Amino acid sequence: MGKLEIRNLNQSFRKDDGSDLVVLDQISLDVEDKEFVCILGSSGCGKTTLLRLIAGLDEAQSGSIVLDGEEIRGTSSKVGMVFQEYSLFPWRTVIDNIAFGLQMQGVPLDERIRVAEHYLKLVNLTQFRNSYPAELSGGMRQRVAVARALALDPVLLLMDEPFGALDAQTRNMLQKELLEIWEKTKKTIVFITHSVDEAVYLADRIIVLSPRPGRICQIFPADLKRPRDRTSVEFAQVRRQVLDLIGQHCSIQ
Amino acid sequence: MGRDNRKNRKNRWLGLLAIVIALAVWQFIAVVIIRYPFILPAPTDVFAAFVSLVQQGTILLDIEASLIHFAVGLGMALLIGIPIGILMGWDRRFDDFFDPLIELLRPIPPLAWIPFAIIWFGLTASAAGFIIFVGAVFPIIINTYSGFRGVPRVFVEAAKMLGCTKSRDLIRYIAFPAALPSVAAGIRIATGVGWMCLVAAELFGVSNYGLGQKLWFFYSLHQMDSVVVYMIILGLIGLVFDMIFRYYIDRHFLKWRIGEVA
Repeated sequence: MGKLEIRNLNQSFRKDDGSDLVVLDQISLDVEDKEFVCILGSSGCGKTTLLRLIAGLDEAQSGSIVLDGEEIRGTSSKVGMVFQEYSLFPWRTVIDNIAFGLQMQGVPLDERIRVAEHYLKLVNLTQFRNSYPAELSGGMRQRVAVARALALDPVLLLMDEPFGALDAQTRNMLQKELLEIWEKTKKTIVFITHSVDEAVYLADRIIVLSPRPGRICQIFPADLKRPRDRTSVEFAQVRRQVLDLIGQHCSIQ
Repeated sequence: MGRDNRKNRKNRWLGLLAIVIALAVWQFIAVVIIRYPFILPAPTDVFAAFVSLVQQGTILLDIEASLIHFAVGLGMALLIGIPIGILMGWDRRFDDFFDPLIELLRPIPPLAWIPFAIIWFGLTASAAGFIIFVGAVFPIIINTYSGFRGVPRVFVEAAKMLGCTKSRDLIRYIAFPAALPSVAAGIRIATGVGWMCLVAAELFGVSNYGLGQKLWFFYSLHQMDSVVVYMIILGLIGLVFDMIFRYYIDRHFLKWRIGEVA
């Protein structure tokens, strides 16, 4: 299971001049089990703040986040996260990075290596088993990061613009691979992006956030059938609908 | 790699040439221009002194005594400096607590502690060790501190997401390995500073043996060729310490950084 219920979430930060900057304003959102949701918004709209709250890395001012009936308080092994910047531990080899979470849970060495190797294979990096992150390309690093997050078998996978720093071709390839992994593992995924193209390609539903304060502006079902072809007419239509909608209502600069 | 090796070899020949030229110039100046071994002993005099010192057989005892002084000082500096650096780097409160004290003590030259070293420890190896400790502990504290301060936040958060949440585990599995390059650099600097303090630390007669002790002893006998022998031994051992860091520590413990720097 991986059903996420977000209710009336508010978050604001104190500015230097003493006034409050409202970052998230009354966010309510349900994400179904095994659903792939993209949160779309321009930079500074609070989408990373929202994801960090779901991850349990920060605490909200008010409101609640409930995963499978349990309120999220602090990080938990039920929630995995892939970060925007490179977050692999550079002093650990690929296999040891993937096995890190299992090591923290006290899983014996041979067992955790066995599990890690399974996820290494899932992201097609078997031959880089003993490489250090510095020896990998950006795309490979993010694949390892996905494998590392999946190794604890979380019900919910959070992804914060994980492919943002990659070149367009690598990015398309990783999107395709991510969908294959999603098919195989059936996780609930909440994926943050500022790219309409990426959101339309990946998501079951697109949540558009408007900036300052971050509010849910539109929820847009992207019910194109999979596998999606980003050069098809239908794809272009959905893309245009989302873009129009954003232009009319959500004032993304 | 292949190209690098070739480049290294070429540099080494050039370096060797410089040493040979320096020796030749030194010999020329000493024998032809100055002609007074007390002011400047020639390389040949130094070599002769070295041979006779080896025959007397105390050089190894001197090296042993000095290494013991050095090990006492550096060992204490590591034992005390690393935990303090970790606490200060990890927890703001410890930083606020220790920082003013350290900033007051740090500028005092290590050799200024010699009188108290003698009063507190007497003429013992510990007294010499204490001077070396004072020289070595601050670079270790400061580099450990800045290493821990500089641990990227994303590593800590990634670790938390993977179930590593206790401070002790975060320090052990994340902060320490992430800070290790900086800690190692601090130890390397401390080794250099500590070794430099050694000669002065042995000056006040804490032992009958020791490289620094012998250097002063032969100076008092006006045997300047033997003084040069001990200077060279001090330099060579310092070089060995540095090589250990450059070739062993860096390649074995920090090999994950290869490719990251360039």
